[in-house]
Amino acid sequence: MQIDLLPREKSTAGLNLLILLGSLLTGLLAVSVIFAINGVNPAVAIFAIFKGSFGSWYGIKETITKAIPLILIGSGLAVAFKAKFWNIGAESQLLVGAIFATWMGLTVGPHLPAVLLVPLMFVSAFIGGALWGMVPAVLKVRFGINEVISTLMLNYIAAEFVKYLVVGPWKGKTKGGYPYTDDLPAQAILKHLHYTRISPILLVLAVIAALILGWMVYRSRFGYEIRVIGENTHAARYAGINFFRTSVLLMAVSGGMAGLAGAGELMSIHHYLSYPETLSAGYGFTAIIVAWLARLNPAFTIVSGLFFAGIIVGGDAIQISMGMPAATVNVFNGMILIFLIMGDFFISHRVRIRFGSTVHA
Amino acid sequence: MLDIIVSVLTRTIIAGTPLLLATLGEILSERGGILNLGIEGVMSAGAVTAFIVTYTTGNPWLGMLAGILIGMILSGLHGFVSISLRANQVVSGLAITMLGLGLSGLFGKPYIGRPLPNRMPRLDIHGLSDIPILGGLLFNHDWYVYLSVVIGIVIWFILKHTGMGITLRSVGENPKAAESQGIKVNRVKYFAVMAGGGLAGMAGAYLSTAYSGSWNEGITAGRGWIVIALTIFALWQPGGAFLGAYLFGGIFVLQYMLQPLGISPNLLSMLPYVATLLVLFIYGLSKSGQRRMNAPATLGEPYVRGER
Repeated sequence: MQIDLLPREKSTAGLNLLILLGSLLTGLLAVSVIFAINGVNPAVAIFAIFKGSFGSWYGIKETITKAIPLILIGSGLAVAFKAKFWNIGAESQLLVGAIFATWMGLTVGPHLPAVLLVPLMFVSAFIGGALWGMVPAVLKVRFGINEVISTLMLNYIAAEFVKYLVVGPWKGKTKGGYPYTDDLPAQAILKHLHYTRISPILLVLAVIAALILGWMVYRSRFGYEIRVIGENTHAARYAGINFFRTSVLLMAVSGGMAGLAGAGELMSIHHYLSYPETLSAGYGFTAIIVAWLARLNPAFTIVSGLFFAGIIVGGDAIQISMGMPAATVNVFNGMILIFLIMGDFFISHRVRIRFGSTVHA
Repeated sequence: MLDIIVSVLTRTIIAGTPLLLATLGEILSERGGILNLGIEGVMSAGAVTAFIVTYTTGNPWLGMLAGILIGMILSGLHGFVSISLRANQVVSGLAITMLGLGLSGLFGKPYIGRPLPNRMPRLDIHGLSDIPILGGLLFNHDWYVYLSVVIGIVIWFILKHTGMGITLRSVGENPKAAESQGIKVNRVKYFAVMAGGGLAGMAGAYLSTAYSGSWNEGITAGRGWIVIALTIFALWQPGGAFLGAYLFGGIFVLQYMLQPLGISPNLLSMLPYVATLLVLFIYGLSKSGQRRMNAPATLGEPYVRGER
């Protein structure tokens, strides 16, 4: 028997979907093996996770709540990844967005009506995230600094800065010594649908933004530039694409989207700035898998965002019902991600298994 | 005052040791052209495995070996995905981090908060540890501290003065040329990434069986990411790893000591990351600087053999 790996000339949409589903299933199988080794019945645990997230009204509502930041961030990350710009700094772009929104809310907020304040906070959060996202783009193109490293460093710098703010200069006078800022004014708080934590404004914003970014990547001139850069940097230069301008702009979009997510979490869920881990809750990293599962199409993050939000909510559910640790969600995320990228190999390669002895050079 | 200085320096060495071990590992891996962002997860898995093995066998040396082994297995998976399947190393590394953190949380849960019956012993060099000041500072540590120094010197020697070192570097610099010299490029890459992962696992083992003597989720506390920064700060040189690890370890120690003086611990703990960016920035100011920095040329790029 002989196994050959041959490059695949072209792949069809059907094959892509098949491989995607295959990767997801193999990932779930691997998670099952881990659960079994750990002495947990995998069928029960996996059923409990999906029952926890999609099996009840409460679960569905929570899943949608957590899908919102994942869609916002994931669709922005898909834009960056499409250009092979490895932005792993969404965590901190979210935080800087939240810092900008908090500042706006606490300073001018009390003097403005909601119709003005809410858009103003969203815009400032977008600007904050965008500026923080543009830093690694400039560092990469002008100073040759790898964006993986710079976005990673900026994550920590922003997180420590938020801690500094909430224990130091921004510490709330009404919070009895806790490391939180004061509450945002009432008109900055986004209203929820009845008996849920879903802000309809935010949900609509996330879905529309993902669709617009999807259109942008595949149908606009800017998107064309992004895709050319992603496929071949050298070709991009010959095609007359301004590498600097496009990189900075696409990172502004990517960071800005994470900034929006920061403002959303702040105005809909938390109502004040607190410790960075509370606010970002790992969304910036989970959104990387969201973008990957969406095959880097921003519009598809609406689906993949819901899926991973479901895993987060289901993970919370089995903590309570089965006493499993919070880290279980990480096993899921890690396994699925690793099988997804393994699956990519079979999109670009086909496997030929031949039986009998064949002699060839 | 002297007491305080000696105590700070002693604790600096202790805090720097896991950073040193894992940074040496990441240097090996990156020299071979493989960026491993999975260190945080590998360290955590090393910590929990070493703890469980030490707890059940009572032997911290077996714990250390187990930590190294799990580190090699997890980074071997990263190697398989990024070397054999030529997948994106950034994404694969992040997956390894999630997986490592997840697995260690899952399997470590029953062990949270249990004290270890016996930690890694101190190497008590008779006589030397009685020397005033220096004795406490240098000659009263556990085995890991001395092992990390020895490993660092060995790696420095291998990289600088042996054929093996040249082979590893050529694989990271110019794999095609290396291949034409008869070097099995992918085999060297696997070796580098797994040896590096083993050291990260050992760093984790140090945390749970020597440094704290207990296991809890989040024991690595972001050290795995500091290591990624340190590798660059060290400019991929073992000597730089020593300097950086103890420097960053020192910041760890000083962080809360300087708080009463009005220095924010948060601003202080930003320093390692700011310093790393600054190093990159200074070298990045000119094209010649970017060359002098001497980053492995094919770092993060998949290698396709025999593209004729």
